[in-house]
Amino acid sequence: MHPIIRTILQRLGLGLFTLFLVSIVIFSAIEFLPGDFTEAVLGQAATRETVAAFRHELGLDQPAWIRYFDWIGSVLQGDFGTSFSGRASSGVDRSREVVDLIAPRLMNTLFLAAMTAIIAVPLALFLGVTAALYRNSLYDRIVNAGTLSTISMPEFFVAYILILLLSTLVPVFPTLAAVTPRTPLLERIYLTALPSMTLTLVIVAHMMRMTRAAIINLLASPYIEMARLKGLSGRRVILHHALPNAWAPIVNVIAFNLAYLVVGVVVVEVVFVYPGIGQLMVDAVTARDIPVVQACALIFAATYILLNLLADIISIVTNPRLLHPR
Amino acid sequence: MSSEADILLRMRDVRIDGFADEQWHEIIKGVDLTLRKGEVLGLIGESGAGKSTLGLAAMGFARPGCRLTGGEILFDGVDLMRASERQKQRLRGARIAYVAQSAAAAFNPAHRLLDQTVESGIRHGVLRPDNARETAVELYRAMDLPDPEHFGDRFPHQVSGGQLQRAMTAMAMACRPDLIVFDEPTTALDVTTQVNVLAAMRGAVKRFDTAAIYITHDLAVVAQMADRIKVLRHGEEIEEADTETMLRAPKQPYTRSLWAVRSIRKPGEGSADKVLEVRGVTAAYGTRPVLEDVSFDVPRGRTVAVVGESGSGKSTAARVITGLLPPTDGGVRFNGQDLAPDLAGRSKEDLRRIQMIYQMADTAMNPRQTVREIIGRPVQFYFAKTGAEVDARVSELLQMIELDDSFLDRLPGELSGGQKQRICIARALAADPEVIICDEVTSALDQIVQDGILKLLMRLQKDLGVSYIFITHDIATVRAISDEIVVMYQGRVVEKGMKEDILSPPHADYTALLLSSVPEMEVGWLDRTLAAQGDGAA
Repeated sequence: MHPIIRTILQRLGLGLFTLFLVSIVIFSAIEFLPGDFTEAVLGQAATRETVAAFRHELGLDQPAWIRYFDWIGSVLQGDFGTSFSGRASSGVDRSREVVDLIAPRLMNTLFLAAMTAIIAVPLALFLGVTAALYRNSLYDRIVNAGTLSTISMPEFFVAYILILLLSTLVPVFPTLAAVTPRTPLLERIYLTALPSMTLTLVIVAHMMRMTRAAIINLLASPYIEMARLKGLSGRRVILHHALPNAWAPIVNVIAFNLAYLVVGVVVVEVVFVYPGIGQLMVDAVTARDIPVVQACALIFAATYILLNLLADIISIVTNPRLLHPR
Repeated sequence: MSSEADILLRMRDVRIDGFADEQWHEIIKGVDLTLRKGEVLGLIGESGAGKSTLGLAAMGFARPGCRLTGGEILFDGVDLMRASERQKQRLRGARIAYVAQSAAAAFNPAHRLLDQTVESGIRHGVLRPDNARETAVELYRAMDLPDPEHFGDRFPHQVSGGQLQRAMTAMAMACRPDLIVFDEPTTALDVTTQVNVLAAMRGAVKRFDTAAIYITHDLAVVAQMADRIKVLRHGEEIEEADTETMLRAPKQPYTRSLWAVRSIRKPGEGSADKVLEVRGVTAAYGTRPVLEDVSFDVPRGRTVAVVGESGSGKSTAARVITGLLPPTDGGVRFNGQDLAPDLAGRSKEDLRRIQMIYQMADTAMNPRQTVREIIGRPVQFYFAKTGAEVDARVSELLQMIELDDSFLDRLPGELSGGQKQRICIARALAADPEVIICDEVTSALDQIVQDGILKLLMRLQKDLGVSYIFITHDIATVRAISDEIVVMYQGRVVEKGMKEDILSPPHADYTALLLSSVPEMEVGWLDRTLAAQGDGAA
């Protein structure tokens, strides 16, 4: 077996193990949350018997470890359980499967993340490479100052400024990104333009600065001096000789930012009233809707682990020492 | 013959500034240099003389932190001092090429050797992509590289240092340049490897009638390569003459002092009293064996030189003796007693009696500690002294290494290379050891500084009766200070004995190769050696 494949399988196994540990952490963290769903729903006036009966119905009277294995066992079979909400002892069971609650929201979140990534990653790479190429020039300074100022502002502030500029003063894009599952693709893109612009502004700085720094870091290497002394142009030196050796730090920062696009954008969702998974999780935490919170947290953890795994793999395959052993 | 039209490169009154300590200093102070077509000029001098800076200036290039400030650099009629970046790019790689000191660092790890070899040729339009491979293979063959047809398909990390250095010469030759700047190209290589690399480089330069500037600090090497030699010191020319004249009759006192180094010789003395015995040591890093059944003795108050090329296991032997690497078999006896195989099993007293000095004095000292702290630490640690007692002992140690109390509060960064190594020696002495292991302690230093360090070590041995295990790859150093010699090759001891016996024939095969590979300071040595080694092989 090629050592690369073995390494990748090892990393994959390690990722799964991490996910298992995270599931324990998630479960315990929720155990420690103050209050519980029954009290949140039934209110303080509920009698002890009602609370006990309701807890029994939801399985909350079982010991923690049994509930953990019930949960993780079902998750392994693809069953994230049933939401607590809508089950209140009103006689009518309006509760929904967690999967049905999360799936459309997750699709929305992934759509926004993908749209942002498609713009932000190439833009950041382009800005980073050109800033490294023309380092210390006016262009470099403008790019640096520009990206730094967008990252220094809170996301909601960037969002409101964009709304002010592109929606109020010059009405080009809508303020509300209220998409439904039936919204056609083009309209969907149009509706999510402002949120994805906001997120682009927020994440470009990180990736651009790392690209620039990783390349400049290599410029003192003897092989870069050699490339210059071979009479190669500045562009070729950067693109052909520096960039291929700079991928490892760059992809790690990209992975980190992509993960943020999936798990960290709740503020932007709120500003634009975008039905993403972040809002769903915040609502579920408020309502103590444990199955939904757990499922969201697990999805977020899996996103981080998967993207970092990808970054690791890219770092490995761009390193010829690992790809072509002696 | 010496008409103006022959002149390829003419540098006049070249001045270059370097940036250090927040200001610009002149590091090349008005040097003239003339090079004719097909001629090889040797540039020699100690570190800091400005050899590399001047060599790069011949390409119109200044490293970051340097700037060309004055004079004229005429390459075939083009003034590189005033040429545009684009004009210079057209010349570099195509008509002037560069061969760097460390080939391992100068090849891009991300690309295959072939692509790098022909890159400048294709970029400059000298080679076509379809015939580039042929050209590269031909060059690899000319440089005596193994399997030239497929050599270029490998990545830099997949071939040895000597092969990389030859591949870099091939890369420089790809456009058939008029001038190649060789910047210490064999300094990082073992002597046995160096001979073949030198031969391949010289063959290629002769075959294509290329002019070259050959930068080195090694006089013996430059004597083999250059037609003329220019001596530099502190950015100024000391003198220039054709190689034979320069070797026979140097005019300037500085040049003569360079020639005179390695005059130290001491007769080897034996001693029946053994302070340390290495007994059948076998050791491995993980599963990779590095030492196999290594045995030798260290007589009290004497110097044992452990000689061999990189990878021969010399430093690993030191790690076993100090307890850093427990052997898988065999052991070390000290004053007739077995030493514990690992550090944890040894007493403080065991540790005190064996000290080490390293090759890179820079990295062997904490840059944030003053000389007082560095030398005082072992005094406190081993002898539980405090305050004034420590200070008194540190002063005494500084005197022993021929420095004074004004050094007490300096940081390592404020010392010269030779002074740093002296501080490391004082730190080892502070423990009042019986054995000091010196691991390539003079390799990173200039010849004159090396001499000072070696003399100091010899005097200390006479005064204190300490024994040295002197690990080195440099035969001249071995001749200078050793009493006994242990020759190592691929993790085994191939020969050991008194210095006079080892250094005079008959030799073991490997010892003969090693000794004959050390360049000597006379014209024609390389040809004779190649002929002799060729005969031996045949």
